[in-house]
Amino acid sequence: MKNLLFFPLIIPLAAAVLGLLAWNQRKLQRWIGIGATALLTLVSGILLVQVQQHGIITAQAGNWPAPFGITLVADLFSSLMLVGTGIMGLCVTVYSLADTDQHQESVGYHPLLQVLLLGVCGSFLTGDLFNLYVWFEVMLIASFVLLALGGQREQMEGAIKYVALNLIASALLLAGIGLLYGVTGTLNMAHLALRMQELDHTGTIPVIAALLFCAFSIKAAVFPFYFWLPASYHTPPIAVVTIFSALLSKVGIYVLIRVFTLIFPQEALAGQPLILLAAGLTMLFGALGAVAQPELRRLLAFCVISQIGYLLMGLGVFTSLALAGSIFFMLHIMAAKSALFLVTGVVARKAGTSWLPELGGLYQRFPLLAVLFLLPALSVAGIPPLSGFWGKLALVQAGLQAEQYLIVAAALGVSVLTLYYLVHAWIQLFWKPRPADAAELRSLTPQRRRQLLGPALGLTLVSVLLGLLPEPLFRLCSAAAEQLLQPQSYIEAVLGVIR
Amino acid sequence: MHSIILATAIRLLLPLMLLFSLFLLLRGHNEPGGGFVGGLVVAAAFALYTLAHGAHEGRRMLRIDPLRLVAIGLLIALCSGLLPLLAGLPFLTGLWSSLPAPVIGHAGTPLLFDLGVYLLVAGMALLIIFTLMEES
Repeated sequence: MKNLLFFPLIIPLAAAVLGLLAWNQRKLQRWIGIGATALLTLVSGILLVQVQQHGIITAQAGNWPAPFGITLVADLFSSLMLVGTGIMGLCVTVYSLADTDQHQESVGYHPLLQVLLLGVCGSFLTGDLFNLYVWFEVMLIASFVLLALGGQREQMEGAIKYVALNLIASALLLAGIGLLYGVTGTLNMAHLALRMQELDHTGTIPVIAALLFCAFSIKAAVFPFYFWLPASYHTPPIAVVTIFSALLSKVGIYVLIRVFTLIFPQEALAGQPLILLAAGLTMLFGALGAVAQPELRRLLAFCVISQIGYLLMGLGVFTSLALAGSIFFMLHIMAAKSALFLVTGVVARKAGTSWLPELGGLYQRFPLLAVLFLLPALSVAGIPPLSGFWGKLALVQAGLQAEQYLIVAAALGVSVLTLYYLVHAWIQLFWKPRPADAAELRSLTPQRRRQLLGPALGLTLVSVLLGLLPEPLFRLCSAAAEQLLQPQSYIEAVLGVIR
Repeated sequence: MHSIILATAIRLLLPLMLLFSLFLLLRGHNEPGGGFVGGLVVAAAFALYTLAHGAHEGRRMLRIDPLRLVAIGLLIALCSGLLPLLAGLPFLTGLWSSLPAPVIGHAGTPLLFDLGVYLLVAGMALLIIFTLMEES
């Protein structure tokens, strides 16, 4: 049963290899991509059920015992994220059947997507800090090529900014890992947690925590490190942007939560004002950037940043309810924000532009599209009874209980701003009379329509369902948060009974 | 630019270097060496041949598309990890033959993994070299 843990890594890797072998066979590559992501979703689902029933599952790669070998750990948090990854992978693969052109597929789009998923799954599962760094590099390499795929001038510009900043983050991360190894003599996360409980938290340890915080913050696009994100998210194909916004920045937040609950809980509490400040400013600046944007994809890129603030807020407040809210919010935002991106892609494809002033009057022609944009937009803004409302409710409630009124005020204020700019964008897209000089709308073949709208519809339904029936998922998230706040069970699952 | 010295020398060097790369691959089992350097030596051999005769001839000499070499290498490495799963052991666990083979001693899945790395590195390096040579 333990070997099940390896399959979220083996499936995307095998799919990437098969995709390479089928290099010039477009159809075969597509089927491999769909099959692999469907299988990944299935395996992650089984893993989640197993973890729910039997507690944390661990496995040792190469059968070398922890803390010497590389441990893979699945607790509720990581298996929930894996399920999200599988679903997002599947949706984006289906969407890209119609979205990517022949050239992009001929230079290896599908295998690259699988390598990206491999890196994401690896980061979620690993129980070793250095191994985490390696998975980050896997993600970085795949994402760089995906960003630059097509090789247009603006794409290169965005990709270079992205890579430069991410390399700086990797250097910080590596420095932090090296220092941590020097202080504790181990890199297994459970073993590190154990050592940290014995050590005096003065001198280098807070510095290491700060280094790691900065490194992961760059990856997650937290204020003041977010500027690479709007610079690179508006140029590549929309399917690529969707998977980036759904997974890459979330991996950063996942790792922040993991490391600061497991290894540095003391530093998380000591640094609470700073983390909350970063969270609040991330929300605010993201929202302000989005308000001023006339281009839909950039607007959504800033919206991604703004939502990251909410995820970080859960870590800042550092109570069980707050972390549960963060986890719920993360899953909600994966579905809702991706649906928004996918619909934006359809609009851009039909109207030939994503500049809001040049768009308008689409409601008459595409009422379904209008609904598919409005529902996730309201969900992201946090209007009941959609999924975003419950995530924000939990975060706000936790903030009030912890008497962190400033961040609560920021969260609520930014929600209003979010509602404003998303509804404003919707009105400009669908309600405003169509400009006289607007280009002719393009129509899509029925098959394309299905491939483009199917995933968007599915993700919107997920968001609506999570809103109407939040109870089961929220209970899981609460249990996951409990696990995070009691690292003893994690440590025991990895290292066995503590001697 | 055609150099008759290089063209003549590479006729002898190519098989020698390929043999040496195999030696490195097998030696890497217990001593310095291994798939990575072995693969680089293969790539160096074909790179020299390409320098002497051009990218077209180099590709012809290799017979197989370097990208395919990368894929096969990855596949072999992946399989070496998958074999222990069949025996119910964790991914990538080393399995060893009980009978010692001549020259290399007990063979096992790590050798298979190394073979994968060997092909992967050779394919990757040659892919880069051919692409650069064809562009210039």
